[in-house]
Amino acid sequence: MIQEPALTDDLIAAHGLKPDEYARILEIIGREPTFTELGIFSAMWNEHCSYKSSKKWLRTLPTEGPQVICGPGENAGIVDIGDGQAVVFKMESHNHPSYIEPYQGAATGVGGILRDVFTMGARPIATMNALSFGAPDHPKTKRLLAGVVEGIGGYGNCFGVPNVGGELRFHSAYNGNCLVNAFAAGLADTDKIFYSAASGVGMPVVYLGAKTGRDGVGGATMASAEFDDTIEDKRPTVQVGDPFTEKRLMEATLELMATGAVISIQDMGAAGLTCSAVEMGDKGDLGVRLDLENVPVREEGMTAYEMMLSESQERMLMVLRPEKEAEAKAVFDKWDLDFAIVGETIAEDRFLIMHHGEVKADLPLKALSGTAPEYDRPWVETPAAAPLGDVAEVDAGAALLTLLASPNYGSRAWVWEQYDTMVMADTVVRPGSDAGVVRVHGTDKALAFTADVTPRYCFANPVEGGKQAVAEAYRNLIATGAKPLATTDNLNFGNPEKPEIMGQLVGCIKGIGAACSALDMPIVSGNVSLYNETDGSGILPTPTIGAVGLLEDVSDRITMRAQAGQTLVLIGGAGTHLGQSALLAEVLGRAEGDAPAVDLETERRNGAFVLAARDAGLVAACHDLGDGGLALGLAEMLIAADAGLALDITGTAALFGEDQGRYLVATQDAALLCARAAEHGITAEVLGVVEGDALSIGGASLPVSAMREAYQTALPRLMA
Amino acid sequence: MKTAVIVFPGSNCDRDMAVALERATGQKPAMVWHKEAALPAGLDLIAIPGGFSFGDYLRCGAIAARSPIMADVVKFAQGGGHVLGVCNGFQVLIEAGLLPGALMRNAGLKYICKDVVLNVTTRNSPYTSAYAAGAQITIPIAHHDGNYNASADTLKELANEDRIAFTYADNPNGAARDIAGILSPNRRVLGMMPHPERLNDAALGGTDGQALFTGLTAALASA
Repeated sequence: MIQEPALTDDLIAAHGLKPDEYARILEIIGREPTFTELGIFSAMWNEHCSYKSSKKWLRTLPTEGPQVICGPGENAGIVDIGDGQAVVFKMESHNHPSYIEPYQGAATGVGGILRDVFTMGARPIATMNALSFGAPDHPKTKRLLAGVVEGIGGYGNCFGVPNVGGELRFHSAYNGNCLVNAFAAGLADTDKIFYSAASGVGMPVVYLGAKTGRDGVGGATMASAEFDDTIEDKRPTVQVGDPFTEKRLMEATLELMATGAVISIQDMGAAGLTCSAVEMGDKGDLGVRLDLENVPVREEGMTAYEMMLSESQERMLMVLRPEKEAEAKAVFDKWDLDFAIVGETIAEDRFLIMHHGEVKADLPLKALSGTAPEYDRPWVETPAAAPLGDVAEVDAGAALLTLLASPNYGSRAWVWEQYDTMVMADTVVRPGSDAGVVRVHGTDKALAFTADVTPRYCFANPVEGGKQAVAEAYRNLIATGAKPLATTDNLNFGNPEKPEIMGQLVGCIKGIGAACSALDMPIVSGNVSLYNETDGSGILPTPTIGAVGLLEDVSDRITMRAQAGQTLVLIGGAGTHLGQSALLAEVLGRAEGDAPAVDLETERRNGAFVLAARDAGLVAACHDLGDGGLALGLAEMLIAADAGLALDITGTAALFGEDQGRYLVATQDAALLCARAAEHGITAEVLGVVEGDALSIGGASLPVSAMREAYQTALPRLMA
Repeated sequence: MKTAVIVFPGSNCDRDMAVALERATGQKPAMVWHKEAALPAGLDLIAIPGGFSFGDYLRCGAIAARSPIMADVVKFAQGGGHVLGVCNGFQVLIEAGLLPGALMRNAGLKYICKDVVLNVTTRNSPYTSAYAAGAQITIPIAHHDGNYNASADTLKELANEDRIAFTYADNPNGAARDIAGILSPNRRVLGMMPHPERLNDAALGGTDGQALFTGLTAALASA
């Protein structure tokens, strides 16, 4: 028999439990916990699983709307798309593991988010990834980027779901903590959605999927701590992914659900067997008894502690209808996956863990999740940014080429060409546009997907930055012709125990909440990743917004590819705001000024106008304006069109200002478009006709070929 | 026309292939699970779709080629049946010995998914007869192991017997002689890395893959 260690202060601290939290455990159970019980509490009460620092503020977010079938709290959010179908989606971080072991960390991030989606009965149809890395010239950046992209591709390509978009940024604030936020969306019938709440006493608890190993033991606790120079020791806490098993697990799960055998289901993600079993019991007001000797294992001599905390991938826990057991087992035999009855639901509020007849843990189940600590952490409002000093006029042509050639604003093709963007044969707008668009299989409808945030805005002004992340997602959906439906948020911040970091979190959530309400894009799911700090230095606040929009007809989609002869019209006014702009950061090496203000009413009006103009046949192509302002947005459109334009607008702020609520629209009938805009009180300005092979800007003439060369070689040059 | 798609546990283009076949033939293909012992009777064409048949962590298609159903697929091909293998399907056909050579890791060592331009190098096959002579078509690739190679003799034989169906206009993966797809000696088995089923519908951005399926349907109907 393996000797369990005595519970010393060091051991308790190593489990991420603060002394007051441990005192609370003693109070709840009225005795000293066993080693296994300590592990279970540690898993349930860490930041990653309990949201103890953020819960108070997450509650303020708008989560409801007529389109919402299921908001936060389940594995993923569910939104009605009509005709008896729903889109099921969520975004989740795998930041800490990806920094420690980029390939497996990123791969298992994709695996986890896919499981969240198919656990609810939805077949995944699209993924995205929002990635943040350190400075391009930081010694770790290239290795991390290469490994993360390969890991995402390695998992998603094999599993067989198209990757349709995402984000990639570089900033020195991420030198010690990269961010890997994985999004997945799936499609389900509204009457065939599965939830995690168990029901019925004495129902078999069934373990499905891959075998349990020692990988990932303590992963969720690791993900709730800062990094320091002992990071290499943490490699064994990263799990190893097997997308082939995940693919079979999905097919088997969906097939099993169709048989009517599933009462409730929960995937084993962070904190594995512990978290999934507690969740099912808690939501169903039941207890759970597990007999660990029945758990399929791939290593010998595993202890109860290890089995309860393993984060081995590609596993599921289900409560099944006992009369369907044979049918269920046949499905899993077909797919050559493990199927084992490992316990049962019990009437009393009890989480009872047995191993070879010995009691390893005996805890009140409700207390494990219900009484998890919740903190009202002190926070201070982020001070107003100092006003931006003078910015001398720049050479517009040279500045634009610098932006196009920069790792932050060059083409992302180097990344997405490593992902299968077309499998399932429904991708109608591939990555590289404002949003990716996937047809709803077998119908004429389509869904649009985007992921957005501008962390330097959030750092300068969390409230406006939070709004801007949502507003940009809204514009990206509008610019592909989709009606925005709902969002998922992935909140990445530093150490919440520091009041100024907590202030960033609070500010961003306020901004996100205001924007989601105003733009009618409720938050239906999300994830919080805190402690993204290394040696006390935190990341930029990075609340990634994943958003989904609906196209009633796939032929309504808009791309950013204009045709020669069309006229480009700027909707939403001239650029004025240079604070925290891409021009300042990339060309002038300055991080100054306030974030641009977001007028949510204007956003809404301008977005509605673009869709109405599309319906009137006045929009041939469209692109939202964001980083780099008019100049960069225009260059991207002209590269896509392979044609030029003579631009009369001059002035650094007009060309590179990052004022919000703006779009570039290509049209055949500029006069009518401008007249319609005037009727609605919307600013529209004709920029010129798409023609020739050069952009004339600020006295320079940039051949489209030169812009394309700069744009397309930016990332390959970095990664060569 | 009666067609079948073989489904391995890690196939992920099986549905895409079925959609393309149904569009061309007007009939749903039979989806045949790899553990089946025998094929349905009276098939005109078998398609082996793309994907990662058994995870393919080591040699792509090697385990799939030893699945129970493959004995019947080999028999079908040897009896003069038509078999189309796309991407992982091409890898499986090679591992099953129905086509010569090997598909190695891409020269750049990275997975590549993008549209590429192909030369239709022969019209002398039921798969390529509907393309114009010397046609260049755009079809996507999506693979990590598509770098075709074979012995010098085999490469010469493929060229001499006009069995190279498609070549890359701009070689993305290091394949010998820019080979993207090859035919069996009786020209009834085609293996190709690019995915014609992915550009078979204007909504997806192109229809250059369509002639392969419609041409095949017409050729088999008149055969």
